[in-house]
Amino acid sequence: MSEGQHYTVLERLANGLVRENPIFKLALSMCPAVAMTNNVRNGFLLGLAVLFVQVASNVTVSIFRRFIHERIRIPAYIIIIATWVSVSDMGLAAYAPGFYKEIALYVKLIVVFAIIISRLEVFASRNTVWPSFWDGMGMGLGFMFALMFVGVFREFLGSGSLWGIELLPFKPFFFWSLPPAGFFAIGLLMALFLWLERRFNAWRGRK
Amino acid sequence: MSRRLLWALLALLLLTAQASAAGRILDGEVSGEHELTLTLGLALPADWQWQGNVGVVERESPDIPLTVESARLEQNGRVLVLTLAEPVSSQSAYDLSLRPSAQEPAEKFTLRKGFLALLFSIVIGAALIQNFVFSRYLGLCIFFGASGRKETAVGMGFSFILVMTLSAVFVWAVYNFVLRPLHLQFLQVITFVGIIAIFVQFLDTVLRKVNPFLFKKLGVYLVLITTNCIILAVPLILVNNAYDLWESLALALGSGAGFALALFLMACVRERLELADIPEVFRGLPIAFVVAGLFALAFLGFSGMSF
Repeated sequence: MSEGQHYTVLERLANGLVRENPIFKLALSMCPAVAMTNNVRNGFLLGLAVLFVQVASNVTVSIFRRFIHERIRIPAYIIIIATWVSVSDMGLAAYAPGFYKEIALYVKLIVVFAIIISRLEVFASRNTVWPSFWDGMGMGLGFMFALMFVGVFREFLGSGSLWGIELLPFKPFFFWSLPPAGFFAIGLLMALFLWLERRFNAWRGRK
Repeated sequence: MSRRLLWALLALLLLTAQASAAGRILDGEVSGEHELTLTLGLALPADWQWQGNVGVVERESPDIPLTVESARLEQNGRVLVLTLAEPVSSQSAYDLSLRPSAQEPAEKFTLRKGFLALLFSIVIGAALIQNFVFSRYLGLCIFFGASGRKETAVGMGFSFILVMTLSAVFVWAVYNFVLRPLHLQFLQVITFVGIIAIFVQFLDTVLRKVNPFLFKKLGVYLVLITTNCIILAVPLILVNNAYDLWESLALALGSGAGFALALFLMACVRERLELADIPEVFRGLPIAFVVAGLFALAFLGFSGMSF
């Protein structure tokens, strides 16, 4: 990706959501995807925090990209991310204290999520503010979408409910609510997406 | 000469850590689900009023006093048994204050398990019961990245234990001697990440100059370690639990060892998987996830264990 290349809003969003989806395609930042997806709401809140941090640090880095020296860029990025993580940490603690308790450790750990720093390195440090903003949006939404997708899958099968609302009077497959099932869920969904992609490509090739 | 000095210093540190009990209270232990038993050096009078003269708090939350329901004296006032409203656990530490009479000042005592037993339980807890990879699901990027072969797994494991232990001590010192006195706790994320990044860079430079052989072995992994969740999670946990220096060391060592163990186990399986006939879409990461899930199920068996 060279500077001056043109990115459209839609293209960036589609890139983050599908083509370079952080969880299913890039396989970065898997920790929250395994640990925080036993229900939809946790996934949504953590995804929201990641979206905010990604967009904010993308914009910050692309504003200051000419002032950050090449040699010290990694520490500089980490400090920028840590600042925005502290902001979202305190914001969540103040406005959603009940849910925050469950995800507190993971919100602080957003600092070391590989997806954020890799987007800063690959995209925001080489592009202007506006494309960087939409790249952050796309990546954050892709992350949120993936977390919620796994969350829907696990919460519905595990406890027969969605977003805490009971849909089925019984628990279809309680195993999926257990913490270790996160690994299985991610593994199976990853394989499913790969299979779908192959089928899709083969179908397009035949046409 | 310098070695003897080192031993003397170590002995001094150990002694100061142990010598917390001096005064009327000789010993204390958790004797039941709601009971704490104290052994006293000087007997308390039989008509001693316990209301208002005894206070118990958990060390993690010193602002919330626990409710003492009753206190009784046994063995001619040499043993004091406190019954609390909330259940107590032998895992955590309790700060007690006791005023023998209205004139005397209150005496403080920290009640916890035998020191070495406590450290041992922290190490085992961090390595097996609450294994960071299989029970807390942290550090997965590196876990899947570096568990391809046994050789990389061992290298990564050792450098991780090294960095983890040293940086935990460093973080502990900075938090307790700089951030807490200045009331800057809200800066903890920024400070910890900064410290770890600087520390890894420092280790990289020093190793390159001092021990090129070790650098060749570990150098590649050092940079990767900065982006590991565990290296940040351990400082956050030790600050949350108000651990002292030795407990922090034990936590860091245990979690490092647990991560190394997880890496090695996974590498053993993945080397074999290369020869197995796996459905095409499952090759690579998906099957690794399923294997990790099986390991996590096995590690679930440790969850009932406690010391």
